[in-house]
Amino acid sequence: MKPRIEVVAIDCLMLRLFDEIAESNMPWILAASERIRTCFAVHLIELVPSYTTMMVHYDGLGLTPAQARELIAQALTDLRPETRNLGQCHVLPVWYDVSVGPELTLLAQRAGCSVSEVIRRHSEHEYQVFALGFAPGFAFMGLVEEALAAPRLNTPRKRVASGSVGIAERQTAAYPAQSPGGWNLVGRTPSALFDRERDGYSLMQPGDRVQFAPVSHAEFIRLGGDDTPQEALA
Amino acid sequence: MSHLLIQASTPLCLLQDAGRFGVRHLGVTQGGAADWLSMAWANWLLGNSPDAAVIEITLGGLTLVAKADCTLALAGADLAATIDGQPLKPWRSFVLKQGQTLVFTRPLSGARAYLAAPAGFVAPQVLGSCATVAREQLGGPDGFGRGLVAGDELTYAGHAGQLRELPCELQPVFSANPALDVVMGAQMGAFSGQSTFDAFNSAWTLDTRADRMGIRLLGPALVYQGAPMISEGIPLGAIQVPPDGQPIVLLNDRQTIGGYPRLGALTPLALARLAQCLPGEGVHMRPTTQEAAQRQHVVFMRRFVA
Repeated sequence: MKPRIEVVAIDCLMLRLFDEIAESNMPWILAASERIRTCFAVHLIELVPSYTTMMVHYDGLGLTPAQARELIAQALTDLRPETRNLGQCHVLPVWYDVSVGPELTLLAQRAGCSVSEVIRRHSEHEYQVFALGFAPGFAFMGLVEEALAAPRLNTPRKRVASGSVGIAERQTAAYPAQSPGGWNLVGRTPSALFDRERDGYSLMQPGDRVQFAPVSHAEFIRLGGDDTPQEALA
Repeated sequence: MSHLLIQASTPLCLLQDAGRFGVRHLGVTQGGAADWLSMAWANWLLGNSPDAAVIEITLGGLTLVAKADCTLALAGADLAATIDGQPLKPWRSFVLKQGQTLVFTRPLSGARAYLAAPAGFVAPQVLGSCATVAREQLGGPDGFGRGLVAGDELTYAGHAGQLRELPCELQPVFSANPALDVVMGAQMGAFSGQSTFDAFNSAWTLDTRADRMGIRLLGPALVYQGAPMISEGIPLGAIQVPPDGQPIVLLNDRQTIGGYPRLGALTPLALARLAQCLPGEGVHMRPTTQEAAQRQHVVFMRRFVA
């Protein structure tokens, strides 16, 4: 890790911690987040972590750029990776089925294995939440094993069903609400990913860990899932 | 008690405030008034806090009828507003009597007008704000991102003081070809030398692809020579350059993270000015540093508060 601080706006600095995406980044990013929150206290407006960076948006009327840099430097002094597992671990039930995950077959072909093998491999890994973006509660997770990685669809779908679980390159994610999207869909989760009434709003937060748990159609419905086939939305 | 009835509206007439904060790490965009300065003046005219809930009217198309006597304030663009046919200029508070109709028709100067009410319009708070973001289904009169539509009724809870007008010398002027200050930073050093020159020495024209997420500028293609980027947080006003080389200034409803290289970001005053530009209008970019921009902004805000 060789931290660098870069100017990105009148009241924002980018703290760049790494050059590559790696699951091992996250304990450092969690630790740095916690320190920055403490050091900036009321002067912090937003802290946006992502894969290798953290954008620090502070109160530009209360701090000069030099003071903000000083606070970031303070926050990084003797920084150690977080070992207390600050992030939560979530188990997301997923109904893997071609009707809600039309790219299951394609991914199986690419990987040269059966659909059930794709499901087994996608659901056995514990993923890290690297960042949230694209839509409220949309968590970019990884890393998906190389064999299951696949580029985004050439033509994004106009409507991807809420709860859809997809793969793009070596990342996986679940759509919190119906939206356009170009990820390869493999299944659907009945879990509410973004809820304005919930404390913290988003089920997943940066640095959390996620495991997908295959469930039957009956269980998916019992948990409140909507089994409208994806193609009925297209 | 209802104060105002919306008789006609467009998808660009929205309840706004300063937007949502403390939620960017959850993928929730900021939202809020695109021209924060005009919103602040509209509120100042009524003695409100600068970010009390207002109506943002882009281009016109809004008709309101008073159901009771109302004191309101108007700032920002001149959208050829009339009260029962009589012209109403911005930068003042005014009385709309019961039964009178306020109409916004078309942009004469600027693009976005802000209508304020005493203590702000009453609106559901969603994630700490009423800012309307249709894409995220947040804010607005229903709390789910809907713009204002005919039949909506709006109320406010405050009491109006004396009518005020913003002194002429404080009124923002929307003159042609404004210079927009850019805080240099982000990946600016990874653009070609020619591109750095072009960015600050070319006439840029607003594309028709302009909305509350971003405004695309047309001009010489800017060439990024750095390595592909990993997605990272994007600040308000960031100037990102996609592979076609035509910069996009990211506004209030931008996505929260992204992986296009950026030249830096507009200052708050430059953003407010850009928000009043229409497609086809020209702008210039003027380089500044974070330190200089911050010092100037602190001075400006002191004067503004006084």
